[in-house]
This record gives sequence, structure tokens and C-alpha cells, in this order.
Amino acid sequence: MSTIIETKVTYLEAISQAMREEMRRDEAVFLVGEDVGTYGGAFKVSAGFQEEFGPERVIDAPMSEAAIIGSAVGAAMMGMRPIAEMQFIDFITCGFDQIVNMASKMYWRSGIPLPLVIRGPSGGGTHGGPFHSVSPEAWFFHVPGIKVVVPATAYDAKGLLKAAIRDNNPVLYLEHKYLYRLPELRETLPEEDYIVPIGQAVVRREGEDMTMLTYGAMVHQCLKAARTLEEEDDLSVEVVDLRSLVPLDRLTIAASVKRTNKVLIVHEDTLTGGIGAELAAILAQDVFEYLDGPITRVAAPDVPFPFAPALEEAFLPNADKILSAARALAAY
Amino acid sequence: MQLEQDELLQVYFFMRLTRALEDRTRTLFLQGRVVGGVYTAQGHEATTVGAAMTLRDGDCIVPQHRDLGMHLVRGTAPRAVMGQWLARGNSPSLGRDGQLHIGDVHHGIAPSISMLGESLPVACGFGLTIKMRRRSTIVLAPCGDGATSTGPFHEALNFAAVQKLPIVFLIENNSYAYSTPNAKEFSLQNLSDRALAYGIPGESVDGNDVLAVMETVGRAVEHVRGDKGPALVECKTFRVRGHSEADRADYVPKELREEWLAKDPIQRFAAYLSGQGILSEAAQAEVEARVKAAVDDAVSFAEQSPAPDAAAVADYLFAPDGPVAMIGEPGAGDPYYVNALDRRTGQPYNTVQQTEEVMARR
Repeated sequence: MSTIIETKVTYLEAISQAMREEMRRDEAVFLVGEDVGTYGGAFKVSAGFQEEFGPERVIDAPMSEAAIIGSAVGAAMMGMRPIAEMQFIDFITCGFDQIVNMASKMYWRSGIPLPLVIRGPSGGGTHGGPFHSVSPEAWFFHVPGIKVVVPATAYDAKGLLKAAIRDNNPVLYLEHKYLYRLPELRETLPEEDYIVPIGQAVVRREGEDMTMLTYGAMVHQCLKAARTLEEEDDLSVEVVDLRSLVPLDRLTIAASVKRTNKVLIVHEDTLTGGIGAELAAILAQDVFEYLDGPITRVAAPDVPFPFAPALEEAFLPNADKILSAARALAAY
Repeated sequence: MQLEQDELLQVYFFMRLTRALEDRTRTLFLQGRVVGGVYTAQGHEATTVGAAMTLRDGDCIVPQHRDLGMHLVRGTAPRAVMGQWLARGNSPSLGRDGQLHIGDVHHGIAPSISMLGESLPVACGFGLTIKMRRRSTIVLAPCGDGATSTGPFHEALNFAAVQKLPIVFLIENNSYAYSTPNAKEFSLQNLSDRALAYGIPGESVDGNDVLAVMETVGRAVEHVRGDKGPALVECKTFRVRGHSEADRADYVPKELREEWLAKDPIQRFAAYLSGQGILSEAAQAEVEARVKAAVDDAVSFAEQSPAPDAAAVADYLFAPDGPVAMIGEPGAGDPYYVNALDRRTGQPYNTVQQTEEVMARR
């Protein structure tokens, strides 16, 4: 029994494996961030890396997000493949300019490719409060020139990170810290090298009556709600995990909604101007005639992320909230 | 510091070329042929040219908007500069960006952005790469006095000091950040004193004396090349024109401007060279002829170049897949690599090139 459990890896271990394997495969890959070296990272994603790769490739940086991201940009211009870690993705705001002005426009205005990954723990559910829980995807989704990926499983966490590292463009890799060590996400990963191509959504659960469009930690809440809807309401719900927000897999999204004719968009980020708003606009334009009900969104309310457990629970979307929204939509 | 006559004349040529190219750009702007803001650096020539003259092949610069002199010394083509100002479709940015926001990493030149100070962390990335790849080259990373008030200035200098990166940080203190005088920017006498905060050497020098700039920056370059970490140099100069050509700079006291106009770095260097018997009238005439030819060529090339294709407005967002070369290492120019060519056009990068193929690109 124990050997079987040991071969299964967590979402966090999958991230770690991806970085380690890419650093072994390609000497251009290096990691820079706060406490990533000697300490192995605040969440131990890079535990043991400095021993294996040395302090020059696993760089303990001062508390300077602009220097961390900016130096990664400069190295990427020279042909390196840096991974810049934000200790918590909330702190990415301190290096915002390097991403939205320096990195995102580099190839477009100069023809210089920028093989750069910026990654870090995002999302809530871990009592992080207003400054350790953000879902920052919408800030960057809006900026042309940055790819944004949001893995929901251990398999995708590894495959998408490998794809991000090998990509010749800035990729924002948003790992969800609630999923880091979730036991039910442990899985056996292929022994051979693989990637998950950036820009391809996946249907996690097939269904006929409704499509749930989601990503990140909410994939699992949607799957839970979908199971309940099947058992209690005899509803067949399709769950589409977007995996990549930029580029967005419009074909998979449209194909699913054209079949189910109803769509519920679910994200952990706040409602207004979130990813769901753009999805709704795309659907209204692309599949308007196929819709048998209002495009409906389940998202966090438009307030900052709260700290107290009761408030955090009230704030975050979950299977119950998804369930009631889905029932209302199904009844429409 | 002993310089050969030829090198001194070369310094003078680049200073004159810098001034003349900017003068022509201003004329084009006043004639309405350049759209958008025009930023020039009359008075900076000793600093920008002098600092760049201390570098060797393989060294990198991360220049800013007033660093035309540095660009020219390191190989940026006047045609590329004029193409940018005139927003041509075959300019290095393909008309996507303007000003001096151009570069070619194969020649160690980083394109800058308008958020001043933000290039300094990028210079750290160049320095990290040099360090990791065990090279002996260095980075020259200039900024203005204004940028020294930004967070990235501090983050970059601190990061470079901790990581012992081979970077000469150069502050071109031209006395004003737009309309804000030094006295409202910082409370130091010498900006090089900031070096103390990072545990690195710092020196200030008369930025209008090109030989002094070369000597002081040269000393910093030597320190940095010796694997001892970064150094900071402040060149004290003056922006004798406005922040941009739309700025009359009425906020600058008349006497102060006149005082600095009298210290014009080009006139000063020319007088020195003449006194030394290096710059004869014939030699000066020859320099002026070469300068005029280069400027005329750049302007006529740019004016004959096409505007960007408006139908391609949504193009070039992402670089294609494929192997990426380690810039500056053998084989990096092999078209096998994505970054060997400008993949937007399929042609060689043209910031530094000055050949007929540029003309034929579109």
C-alpha cells in the first residue's frame, strides 16, 4: 500500500518536479525569488533546489519584487529562461510595471523574445486575509502580451509549468495555494516528460444540461456541485476547466455551450471586471442563438478579501453557492 | 589617461553627430514631420558619449531617452533613430513605439521604456546572465537624476550590490526632472553619495568635461570588470533645453542656463582639441561633412521609408515557439534560433545595421 501512496504526488510536488526537471534539462532555466534558496521557499516548493543547482541558479533575492521580475526580464532578453517567484502572488503589485510595461510589450515593440515565467501562490481558503489571498488574473488578463495559466490538478500543474518554462513569452503561472497539499488532488504522474499545451481547455466532466466554465480551485467546487446536481436533481452538468486564460480556448468553450445551451461561469476572483465578464461577452457574441437562459456568474462579491473565517467563507464561492445558482439557471 | 589622436577625434565626431542628429530631429518636429514628443539632450554629449567610449565589444548598455550619444557610440544606426522619430514601418519598433526606445541585444543594447528607473532592474538581469555565463563583459546602466527617486533605482542598486553584478550605474544629473530642480528631488550634495547606502564605490564628475567623464567612468568600469561588484558614477550636467520640445523651460533661471551654455561640452572639447593641435580647421570641416552626410542619409532614408501597414495593427504580440540562443555566445546568430532574427519581419534586427537590406525590408 505504502508504495502506491508514495508514487502519488501533490499539486505542490508537481510544481516542484516541473521546475527541477526543467532545470536539469536546460541550463538556461533558473529560479529567483525571496527565500527560495537556503529556505526552500515559503511553501517549500524549491526545497533542496539550492543543494542541487547551487546559489547562482536558485537565487535568494532581497525583498524587491521589481528587481526580481526586472532581473528576470533582463536575463530572458539575453536568452535565459528565468522563473521569478512571488512569495505570495499578492506581492506581484510591487513589480507591476516590470510586467505590464517592460515584459508585455518587449517582443511587440522590439522583436526580442522574452522566455519568462512569473509564478506564485494565489487564491484564498487559507485564512490569508486581504494581502495573502488575491486572485490577480484579471489585472493581467487585460494586458496584451502576457500569457496566463491557472492549473487545477497536479497533472496540469506540472505540464503547464513545463510548457510555460519552454514558452518564448512572458507567462504568468498562477498556482492555487489551497490546492498545494490537498490529499484528494494527489495523483500518479507519467514517468515520461510531458507538457500541457498553453491555450487548451479541458472538459473535466461531460454533461448535457448545462456548462460550468471555471478554472483553478473552483474546478473542484464545480465538480462537487455537478455530482450533487446529478444525484439530487437528475441534471447532467458539463464542467470545463479553462486551464489557460490567455490564450483562451474559445473553441472548446463555444462547443460545450452550443450543446448544453446554458452556462454558469464560476470564479474565485471578485465579480466586476473579472474573467467571467469577458467570457460572458464572448458567449453573448459567439453563441447567442444557442442560449436557453441568462449567462450567469458565480464569483466573490466586490469587496476586498476578508480575514475572519466566517467572512472568508461568506466571501468565497463554493459548491453550495454554485449549486443554488445552477438550480436557478436550470429552472429558467 | 592617454588617448590617441584618432580616438579623441572619434569622441568629438560622436559628440557632434549626437548634437546634429538631435538638432535635425527638432527641426523636423517644428516642421510637423515628427508627431509626438521629442526629447533631446543638448548638454549631455560629454556624458553619454564619454561614458560609452569606455566600453569594449560585448559590453552592454541599458540607455534612457536622453542617451543618443551612448546609442551612437555602441552602434545604433542614425537611420534607425530617424525611422523611430518618423514612425516608419521599417523602424526597429515597426512604428509600434517611438523615441529612442530601441535596442538590439546581439549588440548589447536594451530598448528602454518611458517609466524611468525601470531599466535598472533589467540591467541587473544582463549582469546576472554575464555572471552565470562566466563572461568578462560588463553593463553600463544610466539614468537621470529624476529616476534616482524611484523604487526600482534602489531595488536595482541594492540587488546588484548583493549579487556583485558587473554593472556601472551612471547618473546623468542634468539638474532638473522635468520642471523639478535637484533641491526638490533629494537633499544630497552629490548623488554618488547614494553608493554608500549600497556598499559600493561612488564618484561624481563634471559631466560636461568629456575627458574627465571617460577617466572617471573608465575607473568604475575597471572596478566592475574586476569582479568586485557594481559601481556608481554621477555626471553633473545640465539640460539646457526643455524636458521635451513642447517645454519652454521658463522655470530655469536665465543666468543659470547661460552659465551652463557657456560650459557647452562640445565647444569645450573642440577648444581643447584645437589647443592641442589635434582639431585643425581641415579636420573640423571633415568631421562636419561626415556628420552632415550621416544625418542627411538618416533623414532621407527615413522619409523614403513607408508608414506601417495599418492592417497589421494586431500583429506581433507573441514570439513564436522554437529554440532560443544565448545572446552574445557563439552561434547566437544562427537562424536556427528564434532570437537570431527579428521574427516579426523574418529579417535581421535593424537597430544597429545600416545596410541596403534594411531599405528593402518591406
